[in-house]
Amino acid sequence: MSQALEKVFREEYGRIVATLIRISGSFDLAEEALQEAFTSAASKWEHDGTPNNPGAWLTTVAHRKVIDAIRRDKTRTDKQTEIAFESSRLQPYAETELLEEYPDDRLRLIFTCCHPSLVREAQVALTLRTLGGLTTTEIAHAFLVPEATLAQRLVRAKQKIRLAGIPYQVPSLEVIGERLAAVRAVIYLIFNEGYAASAGQSLIRSDLCAEAIRLGRVLCELLPNESENMGLLALMLLQDSRREARVKDQGELVTLAEQDRSRWDAAEIAEGVRLVQEALSLRRVGSYQLQAAIAAVHAEAKHADETDWGQIVALYGELMRVTSSPVVALNYAAAVAMSEGAAHGLDLLEAAGAGGALENYYLFHASRADLLRRLGRVKEAATSYTTALSLTTNHVEQKYIQRRLNELENKE
Amino acid sequence: MKYMLLIYHDEPSWAALSEAERQQVYLEFRKLRADLVASDQFVTGSQLQPISTATTVRVRDGKELVTDGPFAETHEQLGGYFLIEAKNLDEATAIAARIPSARTGSIEVRPLVETVAEATA
Repeated sequence: MSQALEKVFREEYGRIVATLIRISGSFDLAEEALQEAFTSAASKWEHDGTPNNPGAWLTTVAHRKVIDAIRRDKTRTDKQTEIAFESSRLQPYAETELLEEYPDDRLRLIFTCCHPSLVREAQVALTLRTLGGLTTTEIAHAFLVPEATLAQRLVRAKQKIRLAGIPYQVPSLEVIGERLAAVRAVIYLIFNEGYAASAGQSLIRSDLCAEAIRLGRVLCELLPNESENMGLLALMLLQDSRREARVKDQGELVTLAEQDRSRWDAAEIAEGVRLVQEALSLRRVGSYQLQAAIAAVHAEAKHADETDWGQIVALYGELMRVTSSPVVALNYAAAVAMSEGAAHGLDLLEAAGAGGALENYYLFHASRADLLRRLGRVKEAATSYTTALSLTTNHVEQKYIQRRLNELENKE
Repeated sequence: MKYMLLIYHDEPSWAALSEAERQQVYLEFRKLRADLVASDQFVTGSQLQPISTATTVRVRDGKELVTDGPFAETHEQLGGYFLIEAKNLDEATAIAARIPSARTGSIEVRPLVETVAEATA
């Protein structure tokens, strides 16, 4: 694919496929037609040059292919009764509808892909495949699952949409809040999979981060003034701004305190901070906004020792009120350790872990070890680092813990 | 589309309700049924006798095997069902959420396999 076409593909795929699904009533038909349209474009555009409005060109061609496919299906219906059911589901369409703008189609698609009757893995795969236009191969690579498994996951999800009658519509007001929360969870999960890859050599798979940020932008564009949507986008931008500084050239993890802040992405920080402020001004606070606000406080400190830990503790306190979870309690404890001393932080950390919910959580043991190290309790610190080491499969995190362990041995 | 709403509940807790409490639940069921009839979404539905009345039939190697009790011991028991007509899954789950037992038990929503004859009619 040429660079021009690649760009159009990235920008237009979700929008066009969403419209085609509405017209055809079928995910498969829409995807096939758009794929064929891109193939036509590849040869046509090279010859005639890129059209003025590439998106409209592709939509027109793909739309025609959808109509052809429906006609073919209808002809076959006479002989093959099985197809009758699928054909009867297809919604009627009007030719004039085509060139109008349908901002809602992508919104319909998002809610269908993230419908709660689909399992989370299927929601993620379907969102990346249809809205993001990623290939099955790309998604399989990003999530380290065999391609056949992922393909099967997509087939099952589309089948469930069809057979269970999952609607292609924006949900009713009574349920839209919960549904939107599910959409945000899917997007943030994609981001996190890219940001802190749970296994493998590379800590960050930046293409997944970029895709999640793009989806976050789409969500903000489609549903403006939703403070948590803005909060999510801000959070992803602010975390992504540290990407370059987070890993050393040798692939080693660098903690927030040790990062070279001149390598942080200033543009992403500026946009993230602006979004957080805008979101908070709407006065509908939520967990993404609070996490983004915390990230913004970090982003605004030129040096680690200039960090306003008091404000971070206050924000974590608020976050505990909104979503009390052991992981939030752990982060709260870590912030208190910075603001009021390691001893106080360790008390809170032990309290957060008392329920046992964090027992298998790598960061709990790594944070505990860090605090014990700072308090000079070397032996206990080493034990906690060793536990942490056994709980992570990420090479970069393993290296970080190993480095800390080596430092402790030198102290003894 | 047609959806079967299978109503699962905990039989012992149902049995433990007072007569007045039970009548209150029945009242809610009758109200829901009347609403569904009025909106043309009601196909059929019924409460089932408790699992103690259940009989299981299997045919193996051509031999009929009739045994006592439900097929499998589960945490919740099938206590009744509604067969409804709904535009899509969201409409079906919204109706399922109005079944009183949804508050204490759970409702399994299953689309019916639609026959070609029905779909093209």
